[in-house]
Amino acid sequence: MIVVEGLTKRFNGQTVLDRIDLRVEAGEVVAIIGPSGSGKTTFLRCLNLLETPDAGQVRIGDIGIDADRSLGNQQRAIRELRQQAGFVFQNFNLFPHRTALENVIEGPVVVKKMPRDKAVALGRALLAKVGLAGKEDAYPRRLSGGQQQRVAIARALAMEPEVMLFDEPTSALDPELVGEVLATIRGLAQERRRLIVVTHEMSFARDVANRVVFFDQGVIVEQGEAKALFANPQQARTQQFMSKFPGTAAAG
Amino acid sequence: MIEQSLQLALDSLPFLLKGAYFTVILSVGGMFFGLLLGFALALMRLSRLWPVSWLARIYVSFFRGTPLLVQLFLIYYGLPQVGIELDPLPAALIGFSLNMAAYACEILRAAIASIDRGQWEACASLGMTRAQALRRTILPQAMRTALPPLGNSFISLVKDTALAATIQVPELFRQAQLITARTFEVFTMYLAAALIYWVLASLLAHLQHRLEARANRHDREH
Repeated sequence: MIVVEGLTKRFNGQTVLDRIDLRVEAGEVVAIIGPSGSGKTTFLRCLNLLETPDAGQVRIGDIGIDADRSLGNQQRAIRELRQQAGFVFQNFNLFPHRTALENVIEGPVVVKKMPRDKAVALGRALLAKVGLAGKEDAYPRRLSGGQQQRVAIARALAMEPEVMLFDEPTSALDPELVGEVLATIRGLAQERRRLIVVTHEMSFARDVANRVVFFDQGVIVEQGEAKALFANPQQARTQQFMSKFPGTAAAG
Repeated sequence: MIEQSLQLALDSLPFLLKGAYFTVILSVGGMFFGLLLGFALALMRLSRLWPVSWLARIYVSFFRGTPLLVQLFLIYYGLPQVGIELDPLPAALIGFSLNMAAYACEILRAAIASIDRGQWEACASLGMTRAQALRRTILPQAMRTALPPLGNSFISLVKDTALAATIQVPELFRQAQLITARTFEVFTMYLAAALIYWVLASLLAHLQHRLEARANRHDREH
């Protein structure tokens, strides 16, 4: 269970997230959509404390962080929480000085102190799972953007997290490489993993997510079952946003 | 004439090499301790506690903003007045180390700062501590950036060790001076000393290239 309560974030006095509440059940795939500047990426980054919330609580599994108290005293809990929340960045952020396999085993070996041979077996299996068997020894520079993002997904999976957080995972990719990454994420959804995906890919959100959450101006304007929300948005702001993606609703 | 000069240079070679030995001691020692202290200072500069960061900043500002020669005089001739007497070699070694630390600090700090914030975030997202992120991810990449300027500083240091002649260290330049005072073969002796500095600096430049090639290997390999 993931529970977010009253999550608030301000940048220079401007409120970018205003008392957000959200619950994500096991096996649920949640897509977060909304215009740029709506706070959706900031929200995702607050979930694993890459961004420091100004108020509110985040609970993943049995680890809770309370932003109403000093976060300096919760550093250990924050690191434990992050291990439970695999994060996939828009720009991959692979370690350029390590091979694909070394990237994947870095977390288990360094953070979880997993024996190296066990981590290597896990790493190979995960690279095979994301369709990159044979690329174990390739440095990130030698991989396409889509391949790099799939290595990044394997790296996050290697920590065996409770939830996977995706921050616009295909936005930095050439159009022809988007499909392979979306297919990988779709595969994770089919395994009934818990995923939260910030995305601009509307048809992906509609077809893969169980639930869609629409952010605007730092609040959740509307949320609901994915196909229903696309077919029949209730709020004026949602309708206005959806109208910029013709075809998405009709196909639903 | 040329034969005489060559003969003198050959005869003086053992003295010059003895001087070169001190030159190497000062260079390697200064670089070693300078790097250690410089690294500590760079970590202080990156600290979130402003007094710590500020202290390192003052240090760097002082040692980069004053002549090395003045620093050596302060240590060797100045400190005895406050009760600290040092032999020439330790005094010079301390001076070069303190000075090199200031430059190493700035090089390392800039190299660490040049690493994309996403690398820190990737480490954090795996649950690493800041120390783990620094050791595993940031420093290995920062060293690539830092190697060329560190190598240049090392080569500068080799040449700057000639300043130790002014505080009685019998290093290469000092030996050449002593022989010159006896034989008046000014040009030959200083040329011989210059050639030895040149050889030392060339060796270092070669080593630097090999280290850089090694550090950049993941750019080439498949």
